[in-house]
Amino acid sequence: MEKVIKYVLYDILRNRIVIGYTGFLLLMSLGLFQLENDPSKAVLSLLNVVLLVVPLISIIFATIHFYNSQEFMELLVAQPINRQKIFYSEYLGVALSLAAAFAIGVGVPVLLFGGSGPAGVYLISAGIFLTFIFVSLAFLASVLTRDKAKGIGLALLLWFYFSLLYDGLVMMVLFYFSEYPLENVSLGMLSLNPIDLGRVLVLLQIDVSALMGYTGALYKSLFSNFTGVLYAGLLMLAWVLLPLMLAKRIFIRKDL
Amino acid sequence: MRPLFSLEQPIGFSQLRSRLVDVLLLLLVSASAALAADLEVGPRARYTTIAAAIAAAQPGDRVVVQGGVYQESGLQINKAISLIGKNQPVIDGNMRGEILTITSSGVVVKGFVLKNVEVSYLKDHAAIRVIESRNVTLEDNTILNAFFGIYLQRSVDCTIRNNTVRGEGTTETGSGNAIHLWYCDSSRIEGNRVSGHRDGIYLEFVKESSVSRNLSENNLRYGLHFMFSDGNAYRHNVFRKNGAGVAVMYTRNIVMEHNTFEQNWGSAAYGLLLKEISRSVIAHNTFVRNTTGIYMEGSSRLDIRQNNFRENGWAVRLLSSCVQDTFQQNNFIGNTFDIATNGNSQQNYFAQNYWDKYQGYDLDKDRVGDIPYRPVSLYSMVVEKVPPSIMFMRSFIVDLMDAMEKVFPSFTPEKLLDEQPSMVRW
Repeated sequence: MEKVIKYVLYDILRNRIVIGYTGFLLLMSLGLFQLENDPSKAVLSLLNVVLLVVPLISIIFATIHFYNSQEFMELLVAQPINRQKIFYSEYLGVALSLAAAFAIGVGVPVLLFGGSGPAGVYLISAGIFLTFIFVSLAFLASVLTRDKAKGIGLALLLWFYFSLLYDGLVMMVLFYFSEYPLENVSLGMLSLNPIDLGRVLVLLQIDVSALMGYTGALYKSLFSNFTGVLYAGLLMLAWVLLPLMLAKRIFIRKDL
Repeated sequence: MRPLFSLEQPIGFSQLRSRLVDVLLLLLVSASAALAADLEVGPRARYTTIAAAIAAAQPGDRVVVQGGVYQESGLQINKAISLIGKNQPVIDGNMRGEILTITSSGVVVKGFVLKNVEVSYLKDHAAIRVIESRNVTLEDNTILNAFFGIYLQRSVDCTIRNNTVRGEGTTETGSGNAIHLWYCDSSRIEGNRVSGHRDGIYLEFVKESSVSRNLSENNLRYGLHFMFSDGNAYRHNVFRKNGAGVAVMYTRNIVMEHNTFEQNWGSAAYGLLLKEISRSVIAHNTFVRNTTGIYMEGSSRLDIRQNNFRENGWAVRLLSSCVQDTFQQNNFIGNTFDIATNGNSQQNYFAQNYWDKYQGYDLDKDRVGDIPYRPVSLYSMVVEKVPPSIMFMRSFIVDLMDAMEKVFPSFTPEKLLDEQPSMVRW
């Protein structure tokens, strides 16, 4: 398995997109920290970019990479290696390289200039989680269809859904049922979207005064203690594992 | 002084009369000197209890209390005396009712530490209570662990200066107010530090008084709370981290200047809550890091100018029941929402404010933006209607929504805009 991961990593490094991604993140983070005097404000601006760019790049790159390594996988399947190992190696190779790119591009500048407080650490962990989640969603999209164009379309749709559509839908629901107490409902609905979950976790660490209203106070009381953070972490982990397991099941049974 | 009687010269009647006046004057002076005596209280002094010294004192006397701990309560001052503490004497009320009750005018209480006043759910026990008096001065006292700290009722022309009132209240019902004035007039509350009580400074039916240079922090409910108190001035006070900020209601003609309202956080916390306030001036104040900087309900004809609003959740929440308020030359910097409102028709006037979110331009370089600024964002309207949607703050869809609303305003109030937004900070 290590050997396969090594080859996948080697392949990814060769096409230089991940290196470009690292450079882009690094440049952007450093630029933001240079522009903003207040590190917590820079972290806030960085959050917006991380929540938008990281899922998009992760899901698109992983999908394209999966289709491009179709032949490599077919070759491996012909060898005495079981399919599960091949699949996990592919996944880990892509996810680890993207996560490493994020850790270098955003993690290092945030740790260096991000100031004190846990907000930076939350931002980095949210970004790494999102990378893993969206790579696993990408793999799910890729195993669902043989057609590369369809697969990429599906991946884009997933990204669009999580970063835009879902929030719009939830907001519509909240609006229609505004007569009812919706604090807990909205909390539950936010948990169902990893991007929202990551955003709320980081925002609660940066003390934004508007969040101290009634709803904010509720969230704060939930997410500021250990069980709350554990709950969020487990949810994120579920978001990594569930699509991955599903994709693996399909991949194992699939006629390549 | 010339000799009163001279043997050398015979004296005439008129001269005698003038000397008699001299003698009488002298007698009078010495008599009044005897009246204004200092009554010493201390372990080795003539009086060992403050109660005994007060009982023995005549109007105009000074009761000077030496340092030490006095286990006394229920002290009554019903004559114009001065109670002076030397080296911070401590009067320990031992949780038995009130410590000091003043029912006479012209009383001075200075330099004491009063502590341990019983919490009662039937009577408002206070460390110092002033009842129907004039010209009472309470100065440099420290009041610890009291139910109510300083309580003035139906008194006029009193001064409460440089006192420290520190409570240990944990619930609103089990804690009184640090400085409480009821039906008072022309009084001064200056330079006090109050904390840990229900309300820091509470005024009800108080007229023509001034509240200045006080620090009110960490109180359970309001830092400053007044109702039906017309014509008062509040200057240079700091209200910090109070449970619900500052609330003022049903009052006219007040002046609030140079105050600082900061870090009043929570679901029902306001930097300044204005309810039914009219014809007042709110100027040169600073609102920093409050959940809501100013919350206005049913307020009219307020002149709100040259204030600083920084890093608040909502800088101003202006309910549609407010009319004819003027917002001029204020700075709005780093607030999540500048103005939020619940209605559509707006009859308030905004001009020459500095908005850090303003994206217009100034072609003629007169430091006034050429296009108007709309301080109400679509998202703030959504949050006003559906509070839980605050959790979508800084999400992609919210940014998109606000950007679209900026290009084609359709939901945000049409008339609520600043026609002359300032390009520079005031």
